[in-house]
Amino acid sequence: MTGWSQALSAHPGSAGGELQTFTGNRGLQLEEPLIFEQDSPGHCGVDLPEPPAHRCRLGGLERQGPIGLPGLSEPQVVRHFTRLSQKNYAIDSGLYPLGSCTMKHNPRLNEKLARLPGFADLHPLQPEATVKGALELIDTLAHWLKTLTGMPAVALSPAAGAHGELCGMMTIRAALTAQGDPRQRILVPESAHGTNPATAAICGYAIDPIAANARGRVDLAALKAKLGPDVAALMLTNPNTCGLFEDEILEIAAAVHAAGAFFYCDGANFNAIVGRVRPADLGIDALHLNLHKTFSTPHGGGGPGSGPVALAASLAPHAPLPWVVHGDAGLALVEQAKGPAAASIGRLKGFHGQMGMFVRALSYMMSHGADGLRQVAEDAVLNANYLRVRLAGALSQSYPGACMHEVLFDDRFLKDTGVTTLDFAKALIDEGFHPMTMYFPLVVHGALLIEPTETESKASLDQFADTVNALAARARAGDGERFHAAPLLTPRRRLDETAAARKPVLRWRPQAQRKEAAE
Amino acid sequence: MRYLPLTPGDRRDMLAAIGVGSIDGLFTDVPKAAWRDGLVDLPLAQGELEVERALRRMAAKNVAAGSAPFFIGGGVYRHHVPAAVDHLIQRGEFLTSYTPYQPELAQGTLQSLFEFQTQVGLLTGMEVANASLYDGATACAEAVAMAHRITRRGKAVLSGGLHPHYREVCTTYAQFSGLEVGSLAATPGATEKFDIDDNTACVVVQNPDFFGELRDWSALATRCHAAGALLVVVVTEIVSLGAVKSPGEMGADIVAAEGQSLGNALNFGGPHVGLFACREQHVRQMPGRLVGQTTDAEGRRGWVLTLSTREQHIRREKATSNICTNAGLCALAFTIHTALLGEAGLTRLARLNHAAACILADRLAAVPGIDIVNQSFFNEFTVRLPKPAAPVVAALAEYGVLGGVPLSRLYPERDDLADLLLVAATETVTDDDMTQFAHALTEALR
Repeated sequence: MTGWSQALSAHPGSAGGELQTFTGNRGLQLEEPLIFEQDSPGHCGVDLPEPPAHRCRLGGLERQGPIGLPGLSEPQVVRHFTRLSQKNYAIDSGLYPLGSCTMKHNPRLNEKLARLPGFADLHPLQPEATVKGALELIDTLAHWLKTLTGMPAVALSPAAGAHGELCGMMTIRAALTAQGDPRQRILVPESAHGTNPATAAICGYAIDPIAANARGRVDLAALKAKLGPDVAALMLTNPNTCGLFEDEILEIAAAVHAAGAFFYCDGANFNAIVGRVRPADLGIDALHLNLHKTFSTPHGGGGPGSGPVALAASLAPHAPLPWVVHGDAGLALVEQAKGPAAASIGRLKGFHGQMGMFVRALSYMMSHGADGLRQVAEDAVLNANYLRVRLAGALSQSYPGACMHEVLFDDRFLKDTGVTTLDFAKALIDEGFHPMTMYFPLVVHGALLIEPTETESKASLDQFADTVNALAARARAGDGERFHAAPLLTPRRRLDETAAARKPVLRWRPQAQRKEAAE
Repeated sequence: MRYLPLTPGDRRDMLAAIGVGSIDGLFTDVPKAAWRDGLVDLPLAQGELEVERALRRMAAKNVAAGSAPFFIGGGVYRHHVPAAVDHLIQRGEFLTSYTPYQPELAQGTLQSLFEFQTQVGLLTGMEVANASLYDGATACAEAVAMAHRITRRGKAVLSGGLHPHYREVCTTYAQFSGLEVGSLAATPGATEKFDIDDNTACVVVQNPDFFGELRDWSALATRCHAAGALLVVVVTEIVSLGAVKSPGEMGADIVAAEGQSLGNALNFGGPHVGLFACREQHVRQMPGRLVGQTTDAEGRRGWVLTLSTREQHIRREKATSNICTNAGLCALAFTIHTALLGEAGLTRLARLNHAAACILADRLAAVPGIDIVNQSFFNEFTVRLPKPAAPVVAALAEYGVLGGVPLSRLYPERDDLADLLLVAATETVTDDDMTQFAHALTEALR
C-alpha cells in the first residue's frame, strides 16, 4: 500500500491529498511492528551470567517446550517502546478534559520520592522494626485524609476507586449484618458511574435506580418514596457526574439515616471541594477517594490507582485488614481479625495497600498544604465555569447555571447537522486535543462532559474554547463529511470496534499471522 | 503554588467573565451549614526541597532490602530490574495518559497491552489473558467468582498451599457474594486430598505452593474436569515459569498470578500487577479490560479495547466485575522487562534463581539443627528451625540480615508451624550474602 506510486493520492474522505511513503511512516509518525515480529532467536537485552553448578531440585517439573518469547537487544526494546509512547496523548502533551477522570498535572517530585529505596525497595513481610518509616508515612497520609474529610477513620488498602467502593459497601453490609439484618436494596442515581451498581451487586444487593430531577440532581421526593426498611444504603456521587453539587444533600442524608440506611459517597469528584468542604459535614458515612484523581498520582494508561475509604465511627470497626495503629511501642501493624480488629471484614488485597501511590499522594498534599489544596478546588471550579461561559454560545449546556469542577453539555447543539457526539469528539482529536468524556452520564442525550482541572492555564482554556466553538460553527455550517471522517491526522484513523468484538483477536499468534499474510 | 498556572489577574478576569463577584459565588450550591471559611488544620504549602527532606526522613527509618543480605519472598520477590524499564515507563506519554478509551490517541498503550496479553498467555500456557488486575490476590478472588459464573455451582475449594493473603481475599469477597469457600489446612510438604462434588465450582491450587514446593496439578485437572469443576492455578512467582511446567500444560482452566517479579519493585506490597488468563471458550466471562486487534478506516492494523459488554461502564450491575482502573503502568513495566529478557533471558534468569536457592538450601542444611522441609522447590523453600522462627528472624535483623518470613506471621493460630521459616533466594543474592546468612543463623540459634 505504500510507495511513491501512490504519491499525492487522495484518501477517500480526507480533506486533501496525502503523501504516501515507502515505509508507511509519516515524518515523526513512525510505524512500529509488534515485538513478536522483531524476533532474533537467542538474542537478549539483559546480560546474565551462566548459573553456577548446583543440584537441580525442580522435582521433574521442568518446562519441556519453549515459551515462545522473542529475543531483542536493549536498543531495539528502547526504540520500540519509545515509538509506542509517541502514539499516545497524555496530560504532559496537552489539555485532557475527560469529565470525572480529573486528568491533572502529575508532579515529578512525587515520582522521585516514590522511588527512594527506603520506600520502593521495601518488602511487605520485613520485620516491623525495619519498616517504621513506612508505617509513619501511612499514618501521616491517613491523618491528612481524615482531616480533609472530617471523618474519624480511613481504610487504605483498596487498590482503586472501584475497589474502594467495594470496601465501603462491604463495611456497610457488615455493620447492618451486625445489627441483625443486612437489608436488600441499594439506591443508586441514574447518573452514577457504572462501578457503583456493579459494586453493590457484588455485595449481594439489588440495585434500585433513582431518577434525576429537572435540575440534574437527585429527586428528593423520589428518593424518600424509595426509602424503606429494606434499603441498606444510598450510593451518591457528589459533586455528581453532571458536575453539580447536590444542594439538598443535608436533607438527603437525614432521610437516609432516618430510614436506618447508610450514606455512601463516591468521591471521584472530590477535587471540586477539597479543602473547602468536609464530607463528614454533609452527613456521609463512607467515601472513597481516588488518589489517582484528586491527589495527582499518575493514571499510567489505566492504573495503578489507589482508593482509600474514609469511614464514619459506625463503620470503622469493620475496616479491612491490615490496620496501622498507635500502640505502646509506637506505630504497629494489625494483620489479623482479632482483638480490636475482630469485626474487620478481612483482607481485600495482598499486603498493605498501594504504598507507591501513598508516597506520591502525600508528596502532592504536603507540596500544596492546606492553603494550596483549597486553591486547587477553587481553581478547578473556576476553570470549569470559565469554559462553561466561553462555550455557552455554541454548545447546549444540559443544566443551566454554575457548575462545579466539570460542565455537562448534550448534543442538542448538533441537532440536524448529521454530526454526532462521537464525530465531534473525533474532530477535536485532529485539532490536537483529547476529547471530553462522551455519552456519560447517561441522563442526557449524547453527553459531552468537560473537566479541565486546575492545572490548565487561562491561555490553554481559551485555545480549547476557541477550537470547540469553531468546530461547532463548522458542524452547523453543514461540514458533516469532515466530522464523519475524523480523525485524519492520527497514527490510526477510526478503528473498527465492531469487528474487534465480533471476532476477537486478543493476542499475537505466529500461525494466524502467517495465514493473514497469505490472504 | 508551583502547580497552579492561574495568576491572581487571571482569576479576577475569569470571575468577571463568568459574572460572579468572588469565588464563593461558584460554591453557593453547598449548604451554608457545611461551609468552612478558614483553612483545614494541616500544614501550609512547601517547596520541593522541604517535602523531599521530610519524606527522606521517613524513608531513612526503614531498612531497604538492597542494604542487607535479603532472603524474603512469600509472594513478593526482589529481582534486578534493568535500568531501561524504569526509564521507559516514566515517559510522560505512558505515565500521564488515561485508560485508552480514545484508541486513535492511545495506540501506544493499546499495542503494549496487546503485547502484555500475549506474553502472559505464553508464560502461563493459556489461550487468552486480560490487560491486568490489581494484584495476584484479587486476581485469585476474581478467578473464583468467574468459575462460579461459568459453572453456576456454589462452592470453591482452596488448597492449604495457597498464599494465605490470597485465601483471605477470596474469603472476604465470598462472604458477600454468597459463595461457599472451603479451605484446606496448610500442611507444608504433605500431599492434599481434595473433595470435589457436583456443587464444586473450582479447586484453587498454587505452584510452587506457598511453602515453595513444586506441584504437578495435571491429575487434579483431570479429576476436576471429570466432575464438571474448573481448576484455578495460582502463580505468585512468575519467573518460575521460565523453568517450570506451565499451568496451561497441567490443564488449568483459569490462571491467576502475580506479575510483580518482572519489571516491578517490592513497593512494600503495592502497586503490583495481577495477571489473569483463561481458556478462550470462557473469555466472555472474564473480568477486566481486554485489548483486541482490528483495522482502521484505511485498513491498517490497530488496537482497541474490546468485549466491553462484560464491563461495568456498559453492563453496570450485570458486569463480570466492578474493576475499572487496573495496573496499566505496572503491566507496561512487566512487558518491557519481559521483552528485554526474551526467551533466552527469562529461561536463564529462572535457572539463576533456582541455582541460588539450591546453593542456599545446601548452605542452610549445614547449619546445626536445621532441616529443609521441601522435596522440590524453585527459588523459595521452607526450613524447620529447632525453635520458634519469629524471634530468630528478629535476631537476624539485629545482625543485619533480612532472613525470610516466619510462618507464624501468616499463621499465628498454628502453633505447629511456629518453627518454620520461609526462605527465598533470587539472582540478586550473592555468595557473600549466603555466607552472612548462614553465619547469622548459626549465631541466632546458639
